[in-house]
Amino acid sequence: MDATAGKHVMDKIAGRKSGLVWAVHLSAFALVLLWVVPTLGLLVSSFRTGDQIVGSGWWQAVSTQVQQLAAVRIAGEEVARDGLFVIEGQLFAAGTEVNAWGTSSVQPEAYAPGAVADLDGGVTLTVAADGSFVLSSPATMADLRMPRVFATAATPPEFTLDNYGTVIASPLAGQSIGQAFINTLTVAIPATIIPILVAAFAAYALAWMEFPGRALLVAVVVGLLVVPLQLALIPLLQFHNWIGIGKGYLGIWLAHTGFGLPLAIYLLRNYMIGLPRDIIENARVDGATDFQIFTRIVLPLSFPALASFAIFQFLWTWNDLLVALVFLGTGNDQQVLTGNLVNLMGSRGGDWEILSASAFVSILVPLVVFFSLQRFLVRGLLAGSVK
Amino acid sequence: MHPALQALVVVAVAVGGCIAYFYASNLILDKVLFPARGLNAGRNTTRANLIRPWLFLAPAVGLLGLYLAYPVFATAWLSLYGRDDSFVGFENYRLMFAEPKFGESFFNNILWLVVVPAASTAFGLLAAQLTDRIAWGNIAKSLIFMPMAISFVGASVIWKLVYEARPAGQDQIGLPNALYVWFSGADPVQWLQLPLWNNVFLMVVLIWIQSGFAMVILAAALRGIPEETIEAAILDGAGPFQIFFRIKVPQIAGTIVVVWTTITITVLKVFDIVLAMTNGQWETQVLANYMYDKFFRSLDWGMGSAAAMIIMALVTPILIWNVINARREMR
Repeated sequence: MDATAGKHVMDKIAGRKSGLVWAVHLSAFALVLLWVVPTLGLLVSSFRTGDQIVGSGWWQAVSTQVQQLAAVRIAGEEVARDGLFVIEGQLFAAGTEVNAWGTSSVQPEAYAPGAVADLDGGVTLTVAADGSFVLSSPATMADLRMPRVFATAATPPEFTLDNYGTVIASPLAGQSIGQAFINTLTVAIPATIIPILVAAFAAYALAWMEFPGRALLVAVVVGLLVVPLQLALIPLLQFHNWIGIGKGYLGIWLAHTGFGLPLAIYLLRNYMIGLPRDIIENARVDGATDFQIFTRIVLPLSFPALASFAIFQFLWTWNDLLVALVFLGTGNDQQVLTGNLVNLMGSRGGDWEILSASAFVSILVPLVVFFSLQRFLVRGLLAGSVK
Repeated sequence: MHPALQALVVVAVAVGGCIAYFYASNLILDKVLFPARGLNAGRNTTRANLIRPWLFLAPAVGLLGLYLAYPVFATAWLSLYGRDDSFVGFENYRLMFAEPKFGESFFNNILWLVVVPAASTAFGLLAAQLTDRIAWGNIAKSLIFMPMAISFVGASVIWKLVYEARPAGQDQIGLPNALYVWFSGADPVQWLQLPLWNNVFLMVVLIWIQSGFAMVILAAALRGIPEETIEAAILDGAGPFQIFFRIKVPQIAGTIVVVWTTITITVLKVFDIVLAMTNGQWETQVLANYMYDKFFRSLDWGMGSAAAMIIMALVTPILIWNVINARREMR
C-alpha cells in the first residue's frame, strides 16, 4: 500500500469520517459561543443608552422593542392660547411610537394615542402617537403638580457613542478614565522594562556560567515563583515607608519588578539554555568575556523570550489591582484603571451604560496587545510548561 | 513633574543605570581588580570568572531577596504581634480560627481549589482536542484564550451583567435569568445570593478565564504526542474516545499536572473577582479577600499576616513539588 492510500485508510478508521467531523465542528462552535457570549453582551451594551440596557436584553438590541417606558413627568413653558393655558412638548425620543398611555401607575395603558384624558380641575391631557403632548387648562397651572405619563411604546434600536464620551472625559468615581488610563500606562511601562534588564543578566548567569550554588539558586527561583504576593504586601509597605518613598509610583515600580523577577528569570533561563552550545563555546575559545558573549550573542538571540516575557509582564501589571491598591494608594490622582473600575462598580453599579463603556476602555489595550502579539504570549506560556 | 514624564525619566535612568552597572562592574573586574596581564594573568582571569557570575546576579538576587524572600519571614514575624504592637504569640491564629468569617473563607477556598483547577483543565483539554484539527482552530483558540488578556475586574463587570436580575415582571437583561424566566415562568433569581451556589457562579468567572490558559498548553502537548502511538491504537481497533482517554491523556499526564498546579496557585490568589462582585457577602468570602479586609479595613496587621501565612501554608505543597521537579530536571 503506498503512503497516500494508507493515509486515507487511517483517516477513515480514525473516525475522521463526516459524521464525527460534523460533531467536532458543532461542539467546537458551541464551546466558542459559550466563551464569547458574555463579552459580546457587555460590548453591545456599551453602545446602547442606559434606558435601553435596563429595558431589554442586549440580544434584542437590534430589534424594535415594545415595552413599558419609564414614567415621564410633564414639564414645559406655559403659554396662553385661545383662552386656555397650554403646555406643549415632546415626551419621548424621536422615532418612538406610543401604543398606549396613561396617567397613573395603576392604569398605565388607559388611553390610546390621540385620546384626551380628563384630569382634575378641568385639565386635559392628550398624548399623540409620536410622543408629543398637549396639556391645557382653563386656569394657570403654575401651582399645579405636573402629572406623570406612563406609556407603552415601540422604541427603535438606538446606538450611541455617548457612553464612551462621558466615561473618557468626565470624572466618575474619583477621576476620569482618561486620567486613569495614563496612570496605568505610567505604572505598566517601567514595570515591564526594568525586570527584563535585571532578569536577563541573571538568567544568563544561571544558564551559561559555572559557579557553585547555581543549582540551589535555580531551585530558589522556582520556589519563589509560587510565593503568593499577598505575603509581601505589609512588610514591603513598611519597608517603603521606612526608606521614605511611601506610596507612589517609585514604590509600585520596584514592587512589580520584584514580583515579576522569578517568572522573568525562569522564562529567560529556560530559553537561554536552549541556545546552541557551539556558538557560545566558540566565542569563549576566541577569548570573549562573558559580558561580551551576553551582550553580543545571547541577548540578541533571546529576543523571542524577551518579547514573550515583556508581553506577559505588561498585561500582568496593566490588569493588576492588588499591588496598585496597596503601593499606589487610592488617592484619586493616582488611580489606575482597575481601581477606577472597582470604584465604579460600587458607586454606579446600576448605571450599566457607564460601567460597560468603562470596562471596555480598560480592557481595550490588553485586547489589542493580545490579538496582535498572541504568538509571543503563547510561546512564553509554553516555555517550560510542556513536559 | 507629571508622573508620565517621571516614568520616562525613571525608565531612562533605570535602563542607563543597569547598563552602567553591568558594564562598569565588569570593566573594573577585568581591568582593575584582576587584570589579565603580567605575572598573575592566569590566576587573575580565574578569579575574575569566579566573581563575575555574582556581578550578573547581584541586582536580581538583591531584589528577589528583598521583595519575595524577606517578606515571607517578616509576615510570619508580624503574625505574632497584636494590634498594639505587643508580642502575642499565636493569639492571632487562635482568634482567627474562632472567627466564623475565617471558617467560611477557608471552606470556600477549599471549594475553589477543588473545583476551579479541575474544571479549567477539563475545559482546556476539551477545547484543545476539539480545536486541534479543524480549519478554524486558531480563531477558536484565540477566542477561548481571550479572557486571559483582560483584568479580573473587567471579567467581573462582564459577568455581573450576565448574572443581573431585574425585578419580577420586567424584561431580564442577563441571559441566565432571561432563559430561566422564559422556561419556568418563575421570578428571576439573584444568582449571586443563592447559598452555596453563589460560590459556583463566582468560580465560573475564573474557569472562564483560566480554561484558555489550560487549552493553549494542553494543545501544544497534544501536538507533541507521537503519531505512531495513535496509529497503532487505530490498527488495534480503538475508537476515538478510547484513543483520547487511553492513549492521549496518559501521554500528556505530566503537562496536565503542571497546568493543574499552576491554576491552583492562581486560585489561591483570587481576590479581585470576589471583591468586585460580592465583596465577600452572602457567604462568598475567600482567604485573599479576608486578608485584604483585615489589613486595610480593620487595619489589623497581625491577623492579616496570620491569614497570609495560612495562604502560604496552602501553597507550600506545590512549592515543594515544583522545586523537587526542577532539581530532578537539572540532573
